[in-house]
Amino acid sequence: MSKMTDFKEKILQSIKKVDIPILVIVLFLISLFVLAAFTSVSITGLLNDSLVRIGMNGVLVLAMLPTIRAGIGPNFGLPFGIIGGLLGMLIVMQYQIMGPVGFLIAIVISVLFNLLFGWVYSWLLDKVRGQEMMVETYVGYSIVAFMSIMWLILPFSNPEMVWAIGGRGLRYTLTLQGYFDKVLNNFLRFKIFGDLYFPTGLMLFFALMCYIIYLFFRTKAGLGIDLVGQNEMYAISSGVKPKVARRNAVILSTVLGGIGIIVYAQSYGFVQLYQAPLFMTFPAVASILIGGASIKRASIANVVFGTVIFQTLLTVSLPVLSQVTRGDITEVLRLIVSNGMILYALTRAPKEAN
Amino acid sequence: MKNVLEMKNISKTYYGNQVLKGVSISVGEGEVLGLVGENGAGKSTLMNILFGMPVIHSTGGFEGEILFNGEKVNIDSPSKAMELGIGMVHQEFMLLPSFTVTENIKLNREITKPNFVSKVFGKKMETLDMPEMRKEARKALDAIKMNSIDELDYIATLPVAHKQFVEIAREIDKKNLKLLVLDEPTAVLTESEAENLLNVVRLLSEKGIAIIFISHRLHEVLEVANRIVILRDGLLVAEGKKEEFTIYQIAEKMVGRKIENIQLPPRKKEISDKNIIMSIKHLKVHMPGEEVKDFSIDIRDGEILGIGGLAGQGKLGIANGIFGLYPSEGEVVYMGREYQLNSPMFALKNGIVYVSEDRRGVGLLLDESIEMNIVATAISAFGMFTKKFLGLTIYDTKAIREHAQKLIHELDIRCKGPSQPVRRLSGGNQQKVCLARAFTLNPKLLFVSEPTRGIDVGAKKLVLDYLVKLNRELGITVVLTSSELAELKSICDRIAIVSEGKLAAILPPTAPDVDFGLAMAGELKEVRVNE
Repeated sequence: MSKMTDFKEKILQSIKKVDIPILVIVLFLISLFVLAAFTSVSITGLLNDSLVRIGMNGVLVLAMLPTIRAGIGPNFGLPFGIIGGLLGMLIVMQYQIMGPVGFLIAIVISVLFNLLFGWVYSWLLDKVRGQEMMVETYVGYSIVAFMSIMWLILPFSNPEMVWAIGGRGLRYTLTLQGYFDKVLNNFLRFKIFGDLYFPTGLMLFFALMCYIIYLFFRTKAGLGIDLVGQNEMYAISSGVKPKVARRNAVILSTVLGGIGIIVYAQSYGFVQLYQAPLFMTFPAVASILIGGASIKRASIANVVFGTVIFQTLLTVSLPVLSQVTRGDITEVLRLIVSNGMILYALTRAPKEAN
Repeated sequence: MKNVLEMKNISKTYYGNQVLKGVSISVGEGEVLGLVGENGAGKSTLMNILFGMPVIHSTGGFEGEILFNGEKVNIDSPSKAMELGIGMVHQEFMLLPSFTVTENIKLNREITKPNFVSKVFGKKMETLDMPEMRKEARKALDAIKMNSIDELDYIATLPVAHKQFVEIAREIDKKNLKLLVLDEPTAVLTESEAENLLNVVRLLSEKGIAIIFISHRLHEVLEVANRIVILRDGLLVAEGKKEEFTIYQIAEKMVGRKIENIQLPPRKKEISDKNIIMSIKHLKVHMPGEEVKDFSIDIRDGEILGIGGLAGQGKLGIANGIFGLYPSEGEVVYMGREYQLNSPMFALKNGIVYVSEDRRGVGLLLDESIEMNIVATAISAFGMFTKKFLGLTIYDTKAIREHAQKLIHELDIRCKGPSQPVRRLSGGNQQKVCLARAFTLNPKLLFVSEPTRGIDVGAKKLVLDYLVKLNRELGITVVLTSSELAELKSICDRIAIVSEGKLAAILPPTAPDVDFGLAMAGELKEVRVNE
């Protein structure tokens, strides 16, 4: 009997711990699936899309983890890392390295670029301690604007990449067909039932990245980041140099941003240049927050859970709601959810500090 | 002489901890009442009650009654106190640095004149009458003979002493001022400035203003006060005309308390003056509020050295400086070699461990588990509790759990288990976690600051016993910094008293209370070294 009540209490407590906005979003998601059953939308199709979108966005969301844990907050300057990833892919395309090898080389190049970018970026963030999030946002805008010029100037010459007329300047969207389009998605892909396929490679890659980050946070360097994020004075008195720990976190986040965009691009099948990197940040920030993270604390579980909820919501809402209502409200919904979630997390921050 | 203020049978309890026990004081017109006592004796609480501070009412109010001008009053907010004519000059300056002296003096009591807008929108919109305000500010400054302060200077440009006088001028400017409380007004002043201030106090008392003068500089109190009240542990222990006291007697009454004699276990190896583990010379530490100005001492291997002194005198700065949490300079020799200041890592690597007085701010990761709090420093500084995994050195959860469980048992940390966040532990148990963390680092020299602050009696004893155990069984040298003299006397081999950032005296724990009292007040100049 007492065990029963114990169990009950435990459930009640864990329900109490769940944030109300997250609960609302989850309930909304469930109701969308219920609604889908009454419409002619194919549920397996929805699940397929959801699985793919979870895998393709996961690493970008993971990039938020290191900076949050270092106490800097979500990395709103994600475009910095994305630029590194784009450079990696563009160089691979320029040299026409095809297939999975191209994918791996793109990652290696992007990591090299991002080690440098992350170092510069962390130096900048160290100058603006306490207002990182705002500065990050502007860094994101600036770097994208700057690179928009560079995309026109950089000496890429592969005819598949540059404008057909004039032969100079990169196109807005480059297709990865023939390069590494869907190498992860199709790796060990298998059929679950009917039309439902499991993108094994994509999922494995996401899981692998999560595991690496999980292991990293159990090393001395990772623990240092955690300590600085939680109590800087404790960290100092433990012999951790806060500057170095923060720098590690920012570099790690930038590198993950680069890898994240490559994974995203191979799944999407296109490399998007110019303004596109700007639109990756907010969904990533919103995802980790929906997963239960705050701007001060986050875990791998928050990343996974948040990505699943957010991406499923987006995939499911479009076809279902467009059948029920007239017109497309998905984009509106996406903006409300992602911006609303960020706003909510920011208002919650001062309360947590006490 | 008419009594301006009478506080009768005032008692106050904070969270079950009685800090004032039936204290009664009174001040007459034009009288200067000197209020003295150690930190935590209840002076501030008494003044907070008088001023109707919110902290009093949010913690359940107080018992007793206050009579002002013979009438019973209910002071429930600072503005009520001001209405009655009670003014206060705070220890820390309550001035707006980027405003002028005039604006500060007349703050919220500005003189205004109506204009076109105010006729429509009301009094809030009236124009400031600067010339009139200036005139009144001038008058207030002149009243305390501060002719040298320009009423149009910005506060930020004034020297410290002048700021203090501006505060007083502001209080004087209040037309109905009948009682002025000066809380440690000379703490930041030099001797000649302090002398000036005492003159101002006399001047005010001649004008018939009643004054409560709080200071730990006993000679000042004796000089300026008509009557003296001594508080200790929330009790009024002595009261009388100043002629009835000598500095000596005040000091004794201030600290005197019965000391429990704990029988300390014997040492395996006797400590000697020849065996010095750390020699500190001319240490300066820039820690705001606890500045160390020139501190020198030799710490003997294997001893328990106590560091005492009043708050703000720099006793807390010493350990913080040695460990490298605040910028410091000086010559320190550790185990025969030069010691590198300003590097916590260097300190840790050499077996110096520091348990901070700021438990929640520095000592703990509040949202982390007990086990992580115990081992995090050991992992990050020494790579303890780690294992190799896939070529990475990661921490070993199993080893951590085992170690934590051992220490939880040993120190009797009351918790639900090693994974409970420390935020939910009581103060005493949090302190035990801090000690467990320190012990994990295998210290040779352990600095512990205020280990019993805010914890209950039972936990206090356990914490002190554990320190003695570390000292006796493992031969760890302990430097215990504490505001509680009784605690220092109970376990230390000798006690260094710090006053104004300098070593005032080194006393044996058996020294009479009066010596400690004098040393804390900076009146005992000669240094006696314990044999």
